[in-house]
Amino acid sequence: MSSIRCKQLCKTFKQGDEIITGLDHVDITIEEGEFVCLSGPSGSGKTTLLNAIGGLDTPDSGEIHMDGIRVDQLAKGPLADMRLHNIGFVFQAYNLIPVLTAQENVEFVMQVQGVAARERAQKASEILKEVGLEGMEDRRPAQLSGGQQQRVAVARAIVSRPKLVLADEPTANLDSVAATQLMNLFSQLNHHHKITFVIATHDKRVMAYAKRLIKMQDGKIIGDEMQAPVVAELDSGSGPVAGSTQYPE
Amino acid sequence: MNITHMPFKAMLTLSWRNLWRNHRRTLIMLAAISVGVWAMIFMTALMRGMVDDMLHQGIRNLPGHIQIHHPDFRDDPSVVNSIASPGGELLRALNDPGTRQWTGRVRVPAIISSERESRGINLLGVEPRAESLITGIGEQIIEGRFLDTVDDRGIVIGAKLAQRLETRLGKRVVIMSQDPENNIADRGFRIVGIYKAKLPGLEEINVYAARGTLQKLLKLDDRISEIVIIDEDFRDVETLYQKIKAAMPDTLEIKAWYELDTYLNSMLNMMDGFVLVWIIIIFLALSFGLVNTLAMAVFERTREIGLIQALGMRPGMIVYQILLESLLLLLIGLSLGNVLALVTIIPLESGMDVSAVAEGMAMMGASSVLYPNLTLDDMIIANVVVILLGTLTAIFPAWRAAKLDPVQAINTT
Repeated sequence: MSSIRCKQLCKTFKQGDEIITGLDHVDITIEEGEFVCLSGPSGSGKTTLLNAIGGLDTPDSGEIHMDGIRVDQLAKGPLADMRLHNIGFVFQAYNLIPVLTAQENVEFVMQVQGVAARERAQKASEILKEVGLEGMEDRRPAQLSGGQQQRVAVARAIVSRPKLVLADEPTANLDSVAATQLMNLFSQLNHHHKITFVIATHDKRVMAYAKRLIKMQDGKIIGDEMQAPVVAELDSGSGPVAGSTQYPE
Repeated sequence: MNITHMPFKAMLTLSWRNLWRNHRRTLIMLAAISVGVWAMIFMTALMRGMVDDMLHQGIRNLPGHIQIHHPDFRDDPSVVNSIASPGGELLRALNDPGTRQWTGRVRVPAIISSERESRGINLLGVEPRAESLITGIGEQIIEGRFLDTVDDRGIVIGAKLAQRLETRLGKRVVIMSQDPENNIADRGFRIVGIYKAKLPGLEEINVYAARGTLQKLLKLDDRISEIVIIDEDFRDVETLYQKIKAAMPDTLEIKAWYELDTYLNSMLNMMDGFVLVWIIIIFLALSFGLVNTLAMAVFERTREIGLIQALGMRPGMIVYQILLESLLLLLIGLSLGNVLALVTIIPLESGMDVSAVAEGMAMMGASSVLYPNLTLDDMIIANVVVILLGTLTAIFPAWRAAKLDPVQAINTT
């Protein structure tokens, strides 16, 4: 996947008798390996844009291209395949499968992909170690803290090395230490594995990690600028990223 | 990439764990399925046993499995429509080891009179030993004895008839009928035995005399009214039927029991349909619980279903997963239900006393001891119906799950 290209995206929602604009003629191109933050107040259209890019929601009009494929015109099945093989999702509320262990949750996507059991188990163990959850493989979500659950969700999103990770308010339910660890992890993955990150947030501390900051308001893009991200941890190698680095002030 | 190849084991694990998320609900549903399946099999075995008993009694009481008569005998069962005793090829076929038992009878309508009452009866001239083997009449004697030889001069009547005639064992009665020349043929007989039939209605109708004695009375020489043949299994008489038919003269008529007694035959056919209807009715009651359980399971997991859709699971795989979950529930319930049915039916196979409702059973032509008849076919039907219809029932909640909008589902609180 070389890039994501959105052309004149429009999306409205009906809430009672009121029509709410989610996206209003949004044009945006995101290149491979970018670390993008979508910022803006609640209701600005960040999540709607994220869902549209991820094929979870269909725009009313406009086009979404990924690797030359019209995502907005795909049927449900091929769209599911596209998400399965190209996109990792991280949601605000962790969204793990409660009846599966941490290891099984991470393996889930690979199982759907049809990856062999041994390879699956090895990759899941490695990624859990990478996100600092070594020794917690057999715990179910209810036995993990919020930060640990979110790290399992991140491990699940990146374990099959997707080309794009879409994260919606990934730090909203985390304390500052856990949030720092998570953002450091994202930065490292972006840096070392060239995974494209698109993160919807209204947390300024998260935005500080982005190389590109897109501001939204009322469904429109009102600002799009490159910035120098927080890179303090990035030169420290590929060791565990669940360190103690604090959020930039 | 082939997403349909998600390992079955992984799907099974997920389905199994989902099933036990709500232990109490799953256990209640399992209890409902088990009891339902038990009821299907147990009641079917009881009904099958009752109908078999009715058929057995009905067939045993006179028709036998196959009968040979004069072609006009069924329309006019008088002494005129008699046939010669079997001989030649027919006799060889009847005496063949493949034929379990046969006998020749004289059967005519007659009047029986005691000193107080007269009744119309069905007078049977029988060969005592063969008749006892075919109808078991010898075992039904409650007073006196059954006939000894084909020339026995006594008569055996039913207990009910004795009551109606206000007569008893040892008393004389007069039998009156017609000979082939339409002359009145009558003579006195001493009651040597009184029988009690399993079907009380027969006690008033059937009166037994020795065949030779009756042939003399009716001036029949060695002619008889019918030949009655018994095969090993009343459900499978076709082979013997064809063999006898091939051996007998064209001037005779041969009929299997199901042609002679269409009521019994239709009852047998109706039973098969009734079993299916009964199973489906119980299943319908079960299906409400099943749909509710699965619908609740889907409702509780709306967010999770949205998540797995977002992660790339195709709608078809979601349907597959929910169906697998329902299949597990059904299979466990079926196993328990089958075991429960076997455990309760097998000890009752030696007979279940239903004498408390004997009168009603007798009205239906069944005896007061019920022998549950558990057949593999009925068990298979119950299991197949539950699996097929249960899976069909689960399609609706599964389809609803697959149709969920991932964004809305994930945001469900």
